[in-house]
Amino acid sequence: MILLRLIAEFMKTGLFSVGGGLATLPFLYEMSQNTGWFTANDVADMIAVSESTPGAIGINMATYAGFKTAGIPGGIAATFGLALPSVVIILIIARFLQKFRSNRLVEGTFYGLRPASIAMITVAGLNVARIALLNLGAWEASHSLGDLFIWKALALAVVLFVAQKKLKWHPVIFIAISAVVGIVFKF
Amino acid sequence: MKELWELYWTFLKIGCVNFGGGYAMLPLLERELADKKKWTTLEDLRDYFSIGQCTPGVIALNVSTFIGSKRKGILGAIATCAGFLTGPIIIILIIAAFLRNFAELEVVQHAFAGIRVCVCVLIAQAVLRLWKSSVVDVFTLVLYLVIFSLSAFSGFLPVKVPAAVLVILAGAAGLAASLVKARKAGKGKEGDA
Repeated sequence: MILLRLIAEFMKTGLFSVGGGLATLPFLYEMSQNTGWFTANDVADMIAVSESTPGAIGINMATYAGFKTAGIPGGIAATFGLALPSVVIILIIARFLQKFRSNRLVEGTFYGLRPASIAMITVAGLNVARIALLNLGAWEASHSLGDLFIWKALALAVVLFVAQKKLKWHPVIFIAISAVVGIVFKF
Repeated sequence: MKELWELYWTFLKIGCVNFGGGYAMLPLLERELADKKKWTTLEDLRDYFSIGQCTPGVIALNVSTFIGSKRKGILGAIATCAGFLTGPIIIILIIAAFLRNFAELEVVQHAFAGIRVCVCVLIAQAVLRLWKSSVVDVFTLVLYLVIFSLSAFSGFLPVKVPAAVLVILAGAAGLAASLVKARKAGKGKEGDA
Protein backbone atom coordinates (compact mmCIF):
# COMPACT_ATOMS: atom_id res chain seq x y z
CA MET A 1 0.00 0.00 0.00
CA ILE A 2 2.74 2.42 0.97
CA LEU A 3 4.51 1.45 -2.27
CA LEU A 4 1.49 2.53 -4.30
CA ARG A 5 1.35 5.85 -2.46
CA LEU A 6 5.04 6.41 -3.10
CA ILE A 7 4.56 5.74 -6.79
CA ALA A 8 1.52 8.03 -6.96
CA GLU A 9 3.13 10.94 -5.11
CA PHE A 10 6.34 10.86 -7.13
CA MET A 11 4.39 10.39 -10.34
CA LYS A 12 2.74 13.74 -9.66
CA THR A 13 6.16 15.35 -9.24
CA GLY A 14 7.39 13.69 -12.42
CA LEU A 15 4.37 14.88 -14.36
CA PHE A 16 4.39 18.53 -13.33
CA SER A 17 8.05 19.44 -12.99
CA VAL A 18 8.95 20.80 -16.40
CA GLY A 19 12.51 21.75 -17.32
CA GLY A 20 14.90 19.43 -15.60
CA GLY A 21 16.18 18.48 -12.17
CA LEU A 22 15.87 21.70 -10.21
CA ALA A 23 12.27 22.13 -11.34
CA THR A 24 11.37 19.25 -9.03
CA LEU A 25 12.42 21.23 -5.93
CA PRO A 26 9.16 23.06 -5.19
CA PHE A 27 7.27 19.78 -5.49
CA LEU A 28 9.68 18.04 -3.17
CA TYR A 29 9.31 20.73 -0.51
CA GLU A 30 5.55 20.47 -0.77
CA MET A 31 5.70 16.70 -0.51
CA SER A 32 7.86 16.86 2.60
CA GLN A 33 5.15 18.95 4.28
CA ASN A 34 2.24 16.83 3.13
CA THR A 35 3.58 13.36 3.70
CA GLY A 36 6.29 13.63 6.35
CA TRP A 37 8.35 11.07 4.43
CA PHE A 38 11.35 13.37 4.59
CA THR A 39 12.12 16.84 5.95
CA ALA A 40 13.02 20.11 4.22
CA ASN A 41 16.53 19.56 5.60
CA ASP A 42 16.68 16.22 3.82
CA VAL A 43 15.93 18.05 0.57
CA ALA A 44 18.78 20.48 1.18
CA ASP A 45 21.13 17.58 1.99
CA MET A 46 20.02 15.84 -1.16
CA ILE A 47 20.91 18.87 -3.27
CA ALA A 48 24.47 18.55 -1.95
CA VAL A 49 24.51 14.80 -2.51
CA SER A 50 23.14 15.22 -6.04
CA GLU A 51 25.93 17.63 -6.85
CA SER A 52 28.42 15.00 -5.75
CA THR A 53 26.87 11.95 -7.40
CA PRO A 54 25.86 11.29 -10.99
CA GLY A 55 22.08 11.34 -10.55
CA ALA A 56 19.58 14.17 -10.97
CA ILE A 57 18.10 15.69 -7.84
CA GLY A 58 14.55 14.50 -8.55
CA ILE A 59 15.64 10.93 -9.10
CA ASN A 60 17.89 10.96 -6.05
CA MET A 61 15.20 12.40 -3.79
CA ALA A 62 12.73 9.78 -4.96
CA THR A 63 15.18 6.96 -4.26
CA TYR A 64 16.09 8.42 -0.86
CA ALA A 65 12.54 9.13 0.31
CA GLY A 66 11.32 5.76 -0.93
CA PHE A 67 14.12 3.96 0.89
CA LYS A 68 13.49 5.84 4.14
CA THR A 69 9.78 5.03 3.95
CA ALA A 70 9.76 1.45 2.70
CA GLY A 71 13.28 0.10 2.28
CA ILE A 72 14.82 -0.92 -1.02
CA PRO A 73 11.49 -1.75 -2.72
CA GLY A 74 10.31 1.72 -1.67
CA GLY A 75 13.35 3.33 -3.24
CA ILE A 76 12.79 1.55 -6.50
CA ALA A 77 9.01 2.15 -6.51
CA ALA A 78 9.33 5.91 -5.90
CA THR A 79 11.99 6.29 -8.59
CA PHE A 80 9.82 4.32 -11.01
CA GLY A 81 6.88 6.63 -10.23
CA LEU A 82 8.97 9.73 -10.89
CA ALA A 83 10.25 8.45 -14.22
CA LEU A 84 7.00 7.01 -15.61
CA PRO A 85 5.14 10.16 -16.80
CA SER A 86 8.09 11.62 -18.68
CA VAL A 87 8.88 8.31 -20.34
CA VAL A 88 5.30 7.94 -21.58
CA ILE A 89 5.14 11.51 -22.86
CA ILE A 90 8.46 11.25 -24.69
CA LEU A 91 7.41 7.94 -26.26
CA ILE A 92 4.40 9.71 -27.76
CA ILE A 93 6.48 12.67 -28.94
CA ALA A 94 9.19 10.39 -30.38
CA ARG A 95 6.61 8.57 -32.49
CA PHE A 96 5.16 11.87 -33.69
CA LEU A 97 8.62 13.22 -34.45
CA GLN A 98 9.61 10.21 -36.55
CA LYS A 99 6.57 10.74 -38.73
CA PHE A 100 6.72 14.50 -39.07
CA ARG A 101 10.43 15.19 -38.87
CA SER A 102 10.67 16.57 -42.41
CA ASN A 103 7.40 18.47 -42.13
CA ARG A 104 7.86 22.17 -42.85
CA LEU A 105 6.12 23.28 -39.65
CA VAL A 106 8.17 20.97 -37.45
CA GLU A 107 11.37 22.03 -39.23
CA GLY A 108 10.37 25.69 -38.73
CA THR A 109 9.81 25.14 -35.02
CA PHE A 110 13.23 23.55 -34.65
CA TYR A 111 14.75 26.50 -36.50
CA GLY A 112 13.78 28.53 -33.42
CA LEU A 113 14.33 25.81 -30.81
CA ARG A 114 17.97 25.21 -31.75
CA PRO A 115 19.45 28.61 -30.88
CA ALA A 116 17.27 28.65 -27.72
CA SER A 117 18.61 25.28 -26.69
CA ILE A 118 22.22 26.37 -27.22
CA ALA A 119 21.54 29.58 -25.28
CA MET A 120 20.28 27.56 -22.31
CA ILE A 121 23.20 25.18 -22.49
CA THR A 122 25.51 28.22 -22.43
CA VAL A 123 23.78 29.54 -19.31
CA ALA A 124 23.98 26.12 -17.64
CA GLY A 125 27.72 26.06 -18.37
CA LEU A 126 28.20 29.58 -17.01
CA ASN A 127 26.34 28.66 -13.83
CA VAL A 128 28.74 25.78 -13.25
CA ALA A 129 31.69 28.02 -14.16
CA ARG A 130 30.62 30.63 -11.62
CA ILE A 131 30.93 28.08 -8.83
CA ALA A 132 33.93 26.25 -10.23
CA LEU A 133 36.14 29.13 -11.37
CA LEU A 134 35.07 32.23 -9.44
CA ASN A 135 35.30 33.13 -5.79
CA LEU A 136 32.59 35.76 -5.57
CA GLY A 137 32.67 35.88 -1.77
CA ALA A 138 36.35 36.87 -1.65
CA TRP A 139 35.90 39.32 -4.50
CA GLU A 140 33.07 41.13 -2.76
CA ALA A 141 35.21 41.47 0.35
CA SER A 142 38.34 42.82 -1.36
CA HIS A 143 37.29 43.93 -4.87
CA SER A 144 40.71 42.96 -6.18
CA LEU A 145 40.86 41.00 -9.41
CA GLY A 146 43.36 38.59 -7.91
CA ASP A 147 40.68 37.29 -5.56
CA LEU A 148 37.94 36.95 -8.16
CA PHE A 149 39.34 33.91 -9.92
CA ILE A 150 40.19 30.59 -8.38
CA TRP A 151 43.49 30.50 -10.24
CA LYS A 152 44.29 26.81 -9.93
CA ALA A 153 40.81 25.94 -11.17
CA LEU A 154 41.24 28.33 -14.08
CA ALA A 155 44.58 26.73 -14.92
CA LEU A 156 43.01 23.28 -14.86
CA ALA A 157 40.20 24.51 -17.12
CA VAL A 158 42.67 25.82 -19.71
CA VAL A 159 44.70 22.60 -19.64
CA LEU A 160 41.54 20.50 -19.95
CA PHE A 161 40.23 22.62 -22.80
CA VAL A 162 43.41 22.23 -24.85
CA ALA A 163 43.89 18.58 -23.91
CA GLN A 164 40.32 17.66 -24.81
CA LYS A 165 40.75 19.27 -28.24
CA LYS A 166 44.09 17.61 -28.96
CA LEU A 167 43.75 14.20 -27.35
CA LYS A 168 40.16 13.15 -28.11
CA TRP A 169 40.06 10.93 -25.04
CA HIS A 170 36.78 9.78 -23.57
CA PRO A 171 35.24 12.57 -21.41
CA VAL A 172 35.12 10.17 -18.46
CA ILE A 173 38.92 10.08 -18.40
CA PHE A 174 39.01 13.87 -18.09
CA ILE A 175 36.37 13.74 -15.34
CA ALA A 176 38.44 11.20 -13.42
CA ILE A 177 41.65 13.23 -13.87
CA SER A 178 39.87 16.37 -12.65
CA ALA A 179 38.63 14.57 -9.55
CA VAL A 180 42.18 13.44 -8.72
CA VAL A 181 43.59 16.92 -9.39
CA GLY A 182 40.86 18.36 -7.16
CA ILE A 183 41.81 16.05 -4.29
CA VAL A 184 45.60 16.43 -4.69
CA PHE A 185 45.60 20.21 -5.02
CA LYS A 186 42.74 20.71 -2.54
CA PHE A 187 40.35 22.61 -4.79
CA MET B 1 17.40 -9.20 -27.00
CA LYS B 2 21.08 -8.60 -27.57
CA GLU B 3 20.47 -5.01 -28.64
CA LEU B 4 18.16 -4.37 -25.66
CA TRP B 5 20.96 -5.56 -23.41
CA GLU B 6 23.41 -3.31 -25.24
CA LEU B 7 21.05 -0.33 -24.79
CA TYR B 8 20.68 -1.10 -21.08
CA TRP B 9 24.42 -1.51 -20.57
CA THR B 10 25.37 1.63 -22.51
CA PHE B 11 22.96 3.79 -20.50
CA LEU B 12 24.01 2.14 -17.26
CA LYS B 13 27.54 3.37 -17.96
CA ILE B 14 26.30 6.85 -18.88
CA GLY B 15 24.11 7.01 -15.76
CA CYS B 16 27.10 6.28 -13.55
CA VAL B 17 29.20 9.19 -14.82
CA ASN B 18 26.51 11.78 -15.50
CA PHE B 19 27.84 14.45 -13.16
CA GLY B 20 26.67 18.04 -13.18
CA GLY B 21 23.14 17.83 -14.52
CA GLY B 22 21.53 17.02 -17.84
CA TYR B 23 23.57 19.32 -20.06
CA ALA B 24 26.87 17.97 -18.83
CA MET B 25 25.67 14.70 -20.31
CA LEU B 26 25.79 16.02 -23.86
CA PRO B 27 29.52 15.42 -24.50
CA LEU B 28 29.26 11.94 -22.98
CA LEU B 29 26.26 11.07 -25.09
CA GLU B 30 27.95 12.42 -28.18
CA ARG B 31 30.98 10.25 -27.57
CA GLU B 32 29.08 7.08 -26.69
CA LEU B 33 26.03 7.31 -28.93
CA ALA B 34 27.08 9.39 -31.93
CA ASP B 35 30.81 8.64 -32.36
CA LYS B 36 31.04 5.10 -31.09
CA LYS B 37 27.66 3.44 -31.65
CA LYS B 38 26.32 5.62 -34.45
CA TRP B 39 22.87 5.41 -32.86
CA THR B 40 22.22 9.12 -33.31
CA THR B 41 23.93 12.41 -34.18
CA LEU B 42 24.99 15.40 -32.12
CA GLU B 43 22.36 17.49 -33.92
CA ASP B 44 19.59 15.03 -33.02
CA LEU B 45 20.79 14.98 -29.43
CA ARG B 46 20.54 18.76 -29.28
CA ASP B 47 16.97 18.57 -30.58
CA TYR B 48 16.10 15.96 -27.94
CA PHE B 49 17.46 18.32 -25.29
CA SER B 50 15.30 21.19 -26.48
CA ILE B 51 12.22 18.97 -26.39
CA GLY B 52 13.24 17.66 -22.97
CA GLN B 53 13.42 21.24 -21.76
CA CYS B 54 9.68 21.79 -22.31
CA THR B 55 8.35 18.36 -21.35
CA PRO B 56 7.98 17.08 -17.81
CA GLY B 57 10.65 15.17 -15.98
CA VAL B 58 14.39 14.91 -15.80
CA ILE B 59 16.03 15.84 -19.12
CA ALA B 60 18.52 12.99 -19.00
CA LEU B 61 15.63 10.53 -18.82
CA ASN B 62 13.82 12.24 -21.68
CA VAL B 63 16.90 11.86 -23.86
CA SER B 64 17.31 8.22 -22.79
CA THR B 65 13.70 7.57 -23.80
CA PHE B 66 14.23 9.16 -27.22
CA ILE B 67 17.28 7.06 -28.04
CA GLY B 68 15.77 3.85 -26.69
CA SER B 69 12.53 4.22 -28.61
CA LYS B 70 14.36 5.19 -31.78
CA ARG B 71 16.37 1.97 -31.64
CA LYS B 72 13.85 -0.55 -30.31
CA GLY B 73 10.48 1.07 -29.62
CA ILE B 74 8.90 0.91 -26.17
CA LEU B 75 11.10 -1.95 -24.99
CA GLY B 76 14.16 -0.02 -26.05
CA ALA B 77 13.01 3.01 -24.07
CA ILE B 78 12.44 0.84 -21.00
CA ALA B 79 15.93 -0.62 -21.42
CA THR B 80 17.67 2.76 -21.71
CA CYS B 81 15.75 4.34 -18.81
CA ALA B 82 16.25 1.32 -16.54
CA GLY B 83 19.93 1.39 -17.45
CA PHE B 84 20.21 5.08 -16.82
CA LEU B 85 18.53 4.79 -13.40
CA THR B 86 20.42 1.74 -12.15
CA GLY B 87 23.61 3.56 -11.11
CA PRO B 88 22.00 6.54 -9.32
CA ILE B 89 19.53 4.26 -7.47
CA ILE B 90 22.30 2.02 -6.16
CA ILE B 91 24.50 4.99 -5.21
CA ILE B 92 21.71 6.77 -3.31
CA LEU B 93 20.62 3.57 -1.58
CA ILE B 94 24.17 3.08 -0.34
CA ILE B 95 24.44 6.71 0.77
CA ALA B 96 21.03 6.60 2.47
CA ALA B 97 21.90 3.40 4.28
CA PHE B 98 25.48 4.11 5.35
CA LEU B 99 26.85 7.55 4.61
CA ARG B 100 24.68 10.24 6.08
CA ASN B 101 27.23 13.03 5.68
CA PHE B 102 28.73 11.90 2.38
CA ALA B 103 28.56 15.35 0.79
CA GLU B 104 30.40 16.91 3.74
CA LEU B 105 33.44 14.64 3.49
CA GLU B 106 36.47 16.74 2.59
CA VAL B 107 37.77 14.34 -0.05
CA VAL B 108 34.38 14.33 -1.76
CA GLN B 109 34.23 18.13 -1.78
CA HIS B 110 37.71 18.49 -3.30
CA ALA B 111 37.01 15.83 -5.91
CA PHE B 112 33.81 17.51 -6.98
CA ALA B 113 35.33 20.96 -7.10
CA GLY B 114 37.73 19.43 -9.62
CA ILE B 115 34.96 17.67 -11.53
CA ARG B 116 32.98 20.90 -11.80
CA VAL B 117 35.90 22.51 -13.64
CA CYS B 118 35.86 19.63 -16.10
CA VAL B 119 32.08 19.84 -16.50
CA CYS B 120 32.19 23.49 -17.57
CA VAL B 121 34.95 22.75 -20.08
CA LEU B 122 32.89 19.88 -21.51
CA ILE B 123 29.80 22.06 -21.78
CA ALA B 124 31.79 24.87 -23.42
CA GLN B 125 33.03 22.48 -26.07
CA ALA B 126 29.55 21.12 -26.73
CA VAL B 127 28.29 24.68 -27.25
CA LEU B 128 31.15 25.50 -29.63
CA ARG B 129 30.48 22.39 -31.68
CA LEU B 130 26.71 22.95 -31.91
CA TRP B 131 26.98 26.65 -32.62
CA LYS B 132 27.47 26.29 -36.38
CA SER B 133 24.40 24.17 -36.99
CA SER B 134 22.18 26.13 -34.58
CA VAL B 135 23.02 29.80 -35.09
CA VAL B 136 22.84 29.98 -38.86
CA ASP B 137 21.66 33.53 -39.64
CA VAL B 138 20.76 36.90 -38.12
CA PHE B 139 17.39 35.70 -36.85
CA THR B 140 18.84 32.75 -34.94
CA LEU B 141 21.66 34.94 -33.57
CA VAL B 142 19.13 37.44 -32.20
CA LEU B 143 17.05 34.61 -30.78
CA TYR B 144 20.16 33.16 -29.12
CA LEU B 145 21.00 36.52 -27.52
CA VAL B 146 17.43 37.11 -26.32
CA ILE B 147 17.02 33.66 -24.78
CA PHE B 148 20.53 33.84 -23.31
CA SER B 149 19.81 37.19 -21.64
CA LEU B 150 16.38 36.18 -20.36
CA SER B 151 17.73 33.01 -18.88
CA ALA B 152 21.12 34.27 -17.62
CA PHE B 153 19.66 37.35 -15.94
CA SER B 154 16.43 35.75 -14.77
CA GLY B 155 17.45 36.61 -11.20
CA PHE B 156 17.29 40.33 -11.98
CA LEU B 157 13.98 40.30 -13.84
CA PRO B 158 10.75 41.25 -12.05
CA VAL B 159 9.16 37.94 -13.07
CA LYS B 160 11.06 34.74 -13.62
CA VAL B 161 10.17 33.25 -17.01
CA PRO B 162 10.24 29.44 -16.73
CA ALA B 163 12.62 27.69 -19.11
CA ALA B 164 9.72 25.78 -20.65
CA VAL B 165 8.00 29.03 -21.62
CA LEU B 166 11.21 30.35 -23.21
CA VAL B 167 11.54 27.19 -25.27
CA ILE B 168 7.94 27.31 -26.43
CA LEU B 169 8.25 31.00 -27.37
CA ALA B 170 11.46 30.28 -29.28
CA GLY B 171 9.77 27.46 -31.16
CA ALA B 172 6.85 29.70 -32.06
CA ALA B 173 9.21 32.47 -33.20
CA GLY B 174 11.14 30.00 -35.35
CA LEU B 175 7.94 28.71 -36.89
CA ALA B 176 6.70 32.23 -37.65
CA ALA B 177 10.05 33.31 -39.12
CA SER B 178 10.32 30.26 -41.34
CA LEU B 179 6.76 30.73 -42.59
CA VAL B 180 7.47 34.37 -43.45
CA LYS B 181 10.63 33.27 -45.25
CA ALA B 182 8.76 30.60 -47.16
CA ARG B 183 6.09 33.06 -48.21
CA LYS B 184 8.73 35.48 -49.49
CA ALA B 185 10.55 32.75 -51.38
CA GLY B 186 7.67 30.77 -52.85
CA LYS B 187 5.71 33.27 -54.93
CA GLY B 188 2.14 32.07 -54.71
CA LYS B 189 3.18 28.47 -54.10
CA GLU B 190 0.66 27.32 -51.47
CA GLY B 191 1.95 25.14 -48.65
CA ASP B 192 -0.01 22.05 -47.72
CA ALA B 193 1.50 21.57 -44.25
